[in-house]
Amino acid sequence: MSKTIIRTKRSQKEALGPYGSLGKVLGELDDRLGMAKAGRTFMDKIFPDHWSFMLGEIALYSFVVLLATGVFLGLYYVPSQALVTYHGSYAPLEGMRVTQAFASSIDLSFAVRGGMLMRQMHHWACDIFVGAIVVHMARVFFTGAFRKPRELNWSIGLTMLILAITNGFLGYSLPDDLVSGTGLRIAYSIMLSIPGVGTYLAYFVFGGNFPGTSVIPRFFILHELIVPALIVGLVSAHLFLLVRQKHTQFGGRGRTETNVVGSPMFPVFIAKTNGFLLLVTGGTALLGALAQINPIWQFGPYDASKISYAVQPDWYMGFLDGILRIMPAWSFHNFGHTIPWEVTFPAVIFPGIVFNLCYAWPTIERLYTKDNNMHNLLDRPRDRPKRTAAGAAIFSVLALLFIASSTDVIANFLHVSLESVLWSMRALVFIVPAVTYPVTLKICRELQAVHDGGKRKTPNVVTRSATGEYLATLAPSVVDDVHHELEAELVPTFITADAGTSLSSTGVRSVER
Amino acid sequence: MTEHRTPVSLTTVSESAENLQPLAKNPIAVERRIAVLFLAGMLLEVGFGWSYWVNSPSWILGATLGGGLSLMGIGLIAWGKYLMPRGPFVEERHDLASTSDERDAFAGAIIERGASVVKRRKVLGGLLGGGLGVFSVTALFPLIRSLGPLPKGSLFHTDWRKGSYAVDITGHRIHVDDLSIGSIVTVFPEGLQETNNGQAVDQTVLIRISNENFVTQKGRETWGPQGYLAYSKLCSHLGCPVGLYEQQLKMLVCPCHQSMFDVTNGAIPNFGPAPRPLPQLPIYVDAAGYIRAQSDFKEPVGPGFWERS
Repeated sequence: MSKTIIRTKRSQKEALGPYGSLGKVLGELDDRLGMAKAGRTFMDKIFPDHWSFMLGEIALYSFVVLLATGVFLGLYYVPSQALVTYHGSYAPLEGMRVTQAFASSIDLSFAVRGGMLMRQMHHWACDIFVGAIVVHMARVFFTGAFRKPRELNWSIGLTMLILAITNGFLGYSLPDDLVSGTGLRIAYSIMLSIPGVGTYLAYFVFGGNFPGTSVIPRFFILHELIVPALIVGLVSAHLFLLVRQKHTQFGGRGRTETNVVGSPMFPVFIAKTNGFLLLVTGGTALLGALAQINPIWQFGPYDASKISYAVQPDWYMGFLDGILRIMPAWSFHNFGHTIPWEVTFPAVIFPGIVFNLCYAWPTIERLYTKDNNMHNLLDRPRDRPKRTAAGAAIFSVLALLFIASSTDVIANFLHVSLESVLWSMRALVFIVPAVTYPVTLKICRELQAVHDGGKRKTPNVVTRSATGEYLATLAPSVVDDVHHELEAELVPTFITADAGTSLSSTGVRSVER
Repeated sequence: MTEHRTPVSLTTVSESAENLQPLAKNPIAVERRIAVLFLAGMLLEVGFGWSYWVNSPSWILGATLGGGLSLMGIGLIAWGKYLMPRGPFVEERHDLASTSDERDAFAGAIIERGASVVKRRKVLGGLLGGGLGVFSVTALFPLIRSLGPLPKGSLFHTDWRKGSYAVDITGHRIHVDDLSIGSIVTVFPEGLQETNNGQAVDQTVLIRISNENFVTQKGRETWGPQGYLAYSKLCSHLGCPVGLYEQQLKMLVCPCHQSMFDVTNGAIPNFGPAPRPLPQLPIYVDAAGYIRAQSDFKEPVGPGFWERS
């Protein structure tokens, strides 16, 4: 009798255990990293199913698009203010003296295959990035998601917003076209306006008097290395805290301060979020393909003695441009010094106030409400009327300033004098928030009083009985709502097939044990 | 030590459990639609590759790339939303805070160990702190001193000198017969019209307002020979070129923030955020009829800054 082990395919398969070679690889990894337990917890991480949780994802994925398209642009862009005579693929500029930065921006748009698409996608992705951050922060603000324990993550997000706006401006400056050069000139003058250190600051940033030849290479290194690296670091910290502290969620059936109800990381959230990554990238590509943005070849190269008319900066700089326009000419001259208050206040102090107020808000609110508890359930905005009204008032000021950045266009469009537009804006910037606050407060309090407000309405079925009596009964709830009415379960490890039923289309692999 | 991780639940659930059902009422039909989306997306991506290969216009590249990705994205989202377990599922939160013993142990480790080390070796601690302090100050030197020159008086002057010829951007000297009344030209000191500084700092608008000598303000009796007036082109608000001239109103307008300057009255701003008049350049017409500068501007040009009186 000899014992021979016949190595059939089947016996090999059985030796590997129920999960095959992938299971073996995971086992080997666990031997070295001890990751099976944490990995399982991570697979089960619950993501609440509310649509507003997607806004942060738009920001994240447009940042991914920015990184990818930015690397492409970085391969062809030349960060130099050296003057060259243009001999490139865009004929109208032939023979002009332009900087290398401008020439390479034109050539990467026209001569590099796919370059125009990448440039436009990059610019669109930036506008979407900043927009998504703002809307995401508005969601966090109005639902009170910034409260303890998440104050730090609020500050990290706010810092990323500031960095995003900064990097948007830096990148906007790089092509060295007529419009971006004017933006640089204004940035230089804003630096000059800071009392005491302004002239030194401007000279150190620009390497001398405006425009010099250093600012483009310096902004390039900031734009494509330093600021993105900071943002990547902060994104990591933001997501780490999100996993550590777990998501907030809206209240509802089965949802408490001590649990999270929603879809698990794997497979449901992974599928949705990656689909969303594809959709954001695809949407940006469609915009880049079909909607022209920042046509620098039409603006022409920068020349400090030339200027264009009715050009607006990117939208996130609009509020700064607006407040610079409507600020009265209050310059301070005395004691042998000048404080250009007409610049320092709108361009330095005002944004400082706005952003510092945002940083301080969680603390201010905690001191005001004396509420030091942990909060995992979100507020409905109407249930916190004062916060909602304050937020709405701040947003209304910023929106008005954004509108004020086109006073000239508005005057032209409405055929009214520039002066009346200017003075209306100066008045509205005080009137509108003063009206917004009490009106929002009132709306919130009225909404609180609405019975079953915010829930999906179900019709009343009115029946008349044989005796002529009318009866109103609620119709059964809408079918889709059943989803929310199921009891929330722990994410199962094993799913057993029922005899006689086959539901392969659920997307869950059934495992025989 | 207490375990703060979610306890692993080795739960077994029957495939027919309600939470595991797809949201779709007819999964097969949804699956077919998603398959169509994926297929269309794939075809569009093939189109993207092809159009890149043949160097199609930008909009075709973007439409195929973006269309394909969007369709696949929508398909994947639909797969997750309609065909995967509808949930809801739940996970428990655990207190982030440690026990008070653990807190004390942590704080104690830092404070007591630190104190025992530092208290025993005060001199070493002081020296190390001093050294790092000096380093952190000196480390700032290259940052502040090598990045640019000190401003000194450079913001107070331009390159206009006594006798500088006013030339246009092509280097052509402006003759008194060159401009008709109501005309405007941007001029630079001769030789600097193509330089950075010449364009950014010295730029000046030359306006002919009449045929007679024109006095814009007291003390400027000789500054406007034969109706020629020269003002710095740098807006006193933020330094944009004041590039628009309203001929009828005799106003210079800054296109950036709409400040308006009255050309006939020393360019005093009478609208918008600009706080100061545009500095006027004293000029004269020489024997040959060319426009030349009497001197530099009498005050700094451009936006305000601290050192300006």
